[in-house]
Amino acid sequence: MKQNKKHTAKPIEAIVHGVFLVAGLITVGCVLLITVYLIISGLPAIKEIGLIPFLFGKVWASTAKTTEPSFGILPFILTSVYGTCGAIVLGVPVGFMASVYIAKLAPKKLKAVMQSAVSLLAGIPSVVYGLVGMLVLVPGIRKLFNVPDGASLLAAIVVLAIMILPSIIKVSVTALEAVPKEYEDASLALGATEVETHFKVSVPAARSGIAAAVVLGVGRAIGEAMAVMMVSGNAANMPGLFESVRFLTTAVASEMSYSGGLQRQALFSIALVLFVFIMLINAALNFFLKRDKEA
Amino acid sequence: MEANEKSILSVKELCLWYGNHQALKNINIDIPKNSITALIGPSGCGKSTFLKTLDRMNDLIPDVKITGSVEYKGEDIFAPGVDVSELRRQIGMVFQKPNPFPMSIYDNIAYGPRTHGIRNRAKLDDIVEKSLRGAAIWDEVKDRLRKNALGLSGGQQQRLCIARALAVEPDVLLMDEPTSALDPISTSKIEELAMQLKEQYTIVIVTHNMQQAVRISDNTAFFLLGELVEYGKTEEMFSQPTDKRTEDYITGRFG
Repeated sequence: MKQNKKHTAKPIEAIVHGVFLVAGLITVGCVLLITVYLIISGLPAIKEIGLIPFLFGKVWASTAKTTEPSFGILPFILTSVYGTCGAIVLGVPVGFMASVYIAKLAPKKLKAVMQSAVSLLAGIPSVVYGLVGMLVLVPGIRKLFNVPDGASLLAAIVVLAIMILPSIIKVSVTALEAVPKEYEDASLALGATEVETHFKVSVPAARSGIAAAVVLGVGRAIGEAMAVMMVSGNAANMPGLFESVRFLTTAVASEMSYSGGLQRQALFSIALVLFVFIMLINAALNFFLKRDKEA
Repeated sequence: MEANEKSILSVKELCLWYGNHQALKNINIDIPKNSITALIGPSGCGKSTFLKTLDRMNDLIPDVKITGSVEYKGEDIFAPGVDVSELRRQIGMVFQKPNPFPMSIYDNIAYGPRTHGIRNRAKLDDIVEKSLRGAAIWDEVKDRLRKNALGLSGGQQQRLCIARALAVEPDVLLMDEPTSALDPISTSKIEELAMQLKEQYTIVIVTHNMQQAVRISDNTAFFLLGELVEYGKTEEMFSQPTDKRTEDYITGRFG
């Protein structure tokens, strides 16, 4: 501590110190601002509609003219939950096996190629995912399953599954590569094969990191808007695999531009619900990372 | 050694390269059964490399080239069709740094037998107890078999690793400086253990500690710059070395 004071006593040190501090405070400030704003603007609609009818109402008819407008967001919540679960079910096994291959089995050159492919996948803008999904996946689903419209929850799940691959693979690879080589040597020296060693020793040793990777994937999937809006049909139906559906994110995005009054306030409330989901996921992530550090 | 029929490992004209660097040069050595053979020499002389060749752990390093032969019980371990897993089951290894798996003590010991197909609970219990007794650590851990092995002291971890190696019923134990990370008390426990184990097993131990070689080994091999300079009965070698370089090394003139 004393040493620190000595450093900051020099004027330039103090200034630099201050600049970094401000940068840090800006970040914290943004988070606080968004949180407070979301709570303030999200609560009124919930109060007016009622928490239960809002969260568990099955009908979203925000612009109904002839009848009373209805603001139930259960279809959006379930769509987001199903969509995310579906993406996890499809994406995690692929991502997991890919990361074991990249981290442990792949020859050097192939590993480099695969890793840059994964980075590239992470860098593709979501609108491009949406576009490719619209042009390839949606017609594909229509033909394959013989349904009237391919724009559906299934299409969104497939797009999301691909989009979460990079998060899952990158974090899992890092976790697997951090497993001490001594563990693997010990296993091999006991006569276990390479694959046995990786699945019985390396993967369990990296399990916290892999769990964190999955949670990160969940966060990415639940927060995605653009790509899923383009392939999911964007109608406020209760979710079904081949239904045209709307997610929490896309509900906000698609109505915000022309909304007003209670409808607008309700959109803020949807954003608040989404925010709570993300917070829970972050808490889970921190839990896994902390456990990893302690282990 | 002259008593060829009693040797369990027989190495002939073994050369090993890492890329362009030759790490082992024309090694010829016969390791007798139920004895302790110490490998000594300065750092980088090839003794650990040699040890790892005996259970083919060098296979894992890219760019390794090996010529010559290593016969284990009369069979060349590099012959095509050799089951490396089975070879490593029979020739166990204990590493320099204690490396228990981050699992319970029980699971550490049961790992090897499970890998080789033993699922029966009672049988596993038996193996775990027998192995831990064999490594003289049973009394210290019998009440906490379900606890994480990483909670043990360094010396206990190393004996656990020896027990883990014993659990797959090997014939040979290769030890790569097993006491270099341990305190003197733990070291003497491991040395005692090694001397007990040679009744049933053949032990090859790499050591930096010449007193250790004198204390526990029957035969000693002195490596220098990838060559086997001298190999013979430990007492003879330390009392009257035949090679000048051996004499210089064991009297502490270099290394």
